[in-house]
Amino acid sequence: MLKPTPLVLENLALARGDRVLFKAFSLSVQAGEVVHLTGRNGAGKTSLLEAIAGLRQPESGSLHGPQAEQLHWIGHKNGLHPALSAVENLQFWCGLSGANPANMGQVLDRLQLKAARLRPSRTLSTGQKRRSALARLLLLPRPWWLLDEPLSGLDLQGTALFAELVAEHRAQGGAVLLTSHQALPASCGPIRDVALT
Amino acid sequence: MSLGHALWATLVRELRLAARAPGEVAQPLVFYTLVAAIFPLGVTANEPSLALYAPAIVWVAALLANLMTLERVFRSDFDDGSLEQLALANAPLSLIVAIKLLAHWLISGLPLALLAWPLGLGLGLNAEAAKVLGLGLLLGTPTLVLLGGFAAALTVGLPRAGVLLPILVLPMLAPVLIFGAGAVRAAAEGLDPAGPLYFLAALLALSVTLVPFAAAAALRNALEA
Repeated sequence: MLKPTPLVLENLALARGDRVLFKAFSLSVQAGEVVHLTGRNGAGKTSLLEAIAGLRQPESGSLHGPQAEQLHWIGHKNGLHPALSAVENLQFWCGLSGANPANMGQVLDRLQLKAARLRPSRTLSTGQKRRSALARLLLLPRPWWLLDEPLSGLDLQGTALFAELVAEHRAQGGAVLLTSHQALPASCGPIRDVALT
Repeated sequence: MSLGHALWATLVRELRLAARAPGEVAQPLVFYTLVAAIFPLGVTANEPSLALYAPAIVWVAALLANLMTLERVFRSDFDDGSLEQLALANAPLSLIVAIKLLAHWLISGLPLALLAWPLGLGLGLNAEAAKVLGLGLLLGTPTLVLLGGFAAALTVGLPRAGVLLPILVLPMLAPVLIFGAGAVRAAAEGLDPAGPLYFLAALLALSVTLVPFAAAAALRNALEA
């Protein structure tokens, strides 16, 4: 079972350049929870995920949460070099994160990337690139998933597969914090919506 | 162990990317060779004073060739999101930056240094001065890559960074040019070139010590922009 460190944000303030995104945001997320951050464009959803991942410093307030080695971060960008294949990109990521690439074949098979695994990423479709990024979630079990628009570019089949992954992660005790402008499938299980205003 | 894996994976990836784009690797080397080779065409045949300017010609050509490649050191990582994964890796970002710059030097800096010796001879330097030219570039090109890498990290998130880079980089690289060319002049005049070469080594030691941390901080700043 995964044991995520609880995430506790208290009166968090974030800014992007000179623009204050929010001044006093509080949130608590426990093991087994899936939290969907909602809000208008520019409300600070991505910036909040970045702050939790450690990629951005908050202006003020307190943030207690997972360390880098306890979380998966999948941002807007897929983190795939266009000249490298899905396999090469994921091998590189395995080296960076300490993941064992031994089960990469199975993971790519499950994400229906087997046929495209050796093609340069620049030749993959948007959905295939997104699936390649999501493969990281399966290559190394980590208790926290921070996902920024994970459904972006995925087709219906891909969306259903993503929901399956979320449900499995939750069943193992993992926690998920995500943003999505698309409706999340019911098969993800219970989802707590948290609005950023 | 995982630190070693992360750094090794970074080195392998950078070398693999270079192997995928041989044209990009060859471009600055061809430019460097052409600049050095075309210079004598502008002066009288067998002009002895050419040897006087040879160190400056080769060093300036190396500086410019280095500039051509700088922008792409971190740009694609920033554009495709790999930089975020690097920042969250099992190794400090400063060490990953150091490995990326080492790979960049192996790909684009070391060949410049190796070509310097024949280019120097072609420009009329005596064998001793040509050897010192090559040695100077061997010590100086890592500094060019390191300081250039720092400037590339500072400008990675900016539009039209290619215009800004030379303005930032060239003043920082002036000491390398001065000591590099100075060592060759000393050797050509039969003096001991050790002094300027030691200065180049000192600049390299300073750059290796400071630049990875400064560049990593600049990259983190770019991620927050």
